[in-house]
Amino acid sequence: MRSDRNQSAPVGLKIAAAAGLLFLHLPILLIFVYAFTTEERTYQWPPPGFTLKWFAVTWNRPDVWEALILSVKVASISTVIALVLGTLCAAAVSGSRFFGREAISLLVILPIALPGIITGIALRSAFSLAEIPFSFWTIILGHATFCVVIVYNNAIARFRRTSGSLMEASMDLGADGFQTFRYVILPNIGTALLAGGMLAFALSFDEVIVTTFTAGQQQTLPIWMLEELVRPRQRPVTNVVAMVVVIVTFLPILVAYYLTRDGDQVAGGGK
Amino acid sequence: MTHHMTAVSFQKVSRHFGAVRAVDEVDLEIRPGEFFAMLGPSGSGKTTCLRLIAGFDQPTAGHIEIFGETAEGVPPYRRNVNTVFQDYALFPHLNVADNVAYGLMVRGVPRAERMREAASALELVKLPGYGARKPSQLSGGQRQRVALARALVNRPKVLLLDEPLGALDLKLREQMQEELKSLQKALGVTFVFVTHDQGEALSMADRIAVFSEGRVMQVGTPEEIYKRPRSRFVADFVGSSNVLPPDFVARHGGAVGWASLRPEAVRLSEHEGIGATIVSRSFLGASTRLSLMVGGQRLHATVPAGTSLPDDGSPVRLAFDRADLHLLDDQP
Repeated sequence: MRSDRNQSAPVGLKIAAAAGLLFLHLPILLIFVYAFTTEERTYQWPPPGFTLKWFAVTWNRPDVWEALILSVKVASISTVIALVLGTLCAAAVSGSRFFGREAISLLVILPIALPGIITGIALRSAFSLAEIPFSFWTIILGHATFCVVIVYNNAIARFRRTSGSLMEASMDLGADGFQTFRYVILPNIGTALLAGGMLAFALSFDEVIVTTFTAGQQQTLPIWMLEELVRPRQRPVTNVVAMVVVIVTFLPILVAYYLTRDGDQVAGGGK
Repeated sequence: MTHHMTAVSFQKVSRHFGAVRAVDEVDLEIRPGEFFAMLGPSGSGKTTCLRLIAGFDQPTAGHIEIFGETAEGVPPYRRNVNTVFQDYALFPHLNVADNVAYGLMVRGVPRAERMREAASALELVKLPGYGARKPSQLSGGQRQRVALARALVNRPKVLLLDEPLGALDLKLREQMQEELKSLQKALGVTFVFVTHDQGEALSMADRIAVFSEGRVMQVGTPEEIYKRPRSRFVADFVGSSNVLPPDFVARHGGAVGWASLRPEAVRLSEHEGIGATIVSRSFLGASTRLSLMVGGQRLHATVPAGTSLPDDGSPVRLAFDRADLHLLDDQP
């Protein structure tokens, strides 16, 4: 039973809720504050002074740019791979009944349930066994394992709501497979794919554990930050980068959230 | 090509799903321009037959021809056949006009022309001016009309209708039955109509095929099917006839064998006739349906409303013409 909407929650509960939210988000705010501090060796509170110079310093650091560009490349390519494979897999699993269908569904979802460290170790030993040198592409393979799951989950939910007779109707009206995909399937699953792709991008962009096991000498942005924290040199640069990471990962998630929410309404209304 | 061309022809067509014989050696000849109903309970293979004509499914054995052309291996999008789906299957992301124009769009008809065609198709199904709406803004009956327009705009040689009236309420269903019938007469398109409702099949179709367990039990005009059912299944399923065992028939009719007797052919009489007991009754408006016991045999009778009836459990006398006792072909 739902409580009355007009009835106010007890004061104790309100305080507890506020405290919980503060506990979650205050540390993130602190990261932002330290991006402006004048103290570069320790995180001193309160900051002795405020400056914008770390933004300029960060801008001129080539290692930051290298890591950022690598991360964007890895996240983009992993997302594209995930979009293709995840959609195809979801279409196969939802579109037909075949032996082992449930098993395949479970196996596709499994990588996200596995701890990243297990995935990382497994991939590392597999790459070593197959004598694949660690490179840009091994990072992408590692990231694709969980990106595929994200896209698959988004796509299959939409496929299940999209009635199979829509595809039959399209074929019946004279559309071949390609036209059916272009004019019926894509418009119906498009927002789900966009949302899944954005989530996959965000996940890949800040991934640390799997990356540490599958990368060679390359540093993605999160790995670079981890290394930077150990070396107390120009510390606020890390905070500036952290702000960028938060913004780059948070925005797509927010957009994905709104897209799937509206998409659900459209799909539900069409039924 | 021959002068007695058939619209759809099934020659010993089977569709087996593993051990399940969904369609089993079916022979059918559907004539051009006729309103053909495939009638049967769920799981009798009628919908599978429809899907075989549409091309969504392929026969495991046998041969299908659509207007003289072999259908096996031809994908649905190359058949000049369109379907009105049971759930209508309107595209939720397109408005009504784009839904109706879809078939023309994928064939590359220019936009202005296909919009004109869509508008006249919508007029045909009495939904003029609904083009800009989304399917979600329409009622069930309106969606059904859009589905009909979307199929007819392609000028199919055969229109397949899969239980199209199932989701509508009674009044709307009766209205759509009449409209479908007159539309079919006006367009002259061959309609193949799947239904489990025998009343619907009897009132709308030119000919009916009665399905049971993947086989065609009987093909004929509604009158033939109703008055002269060939098997116990058809007698029972169409018109809910009394199916009477040989000893009963021999005692009261003279002939030897299983026979059917329609409930409205049984009448109550004052003095002479067969002794029976009223077990129960149900009021149907224009008539009353009685359940009677004659010896050990249960019998149904339909009598006009207003007939004065004694209470349940009372003895009555009943009579029927021997000519109404119709001997069945399947004698086990």
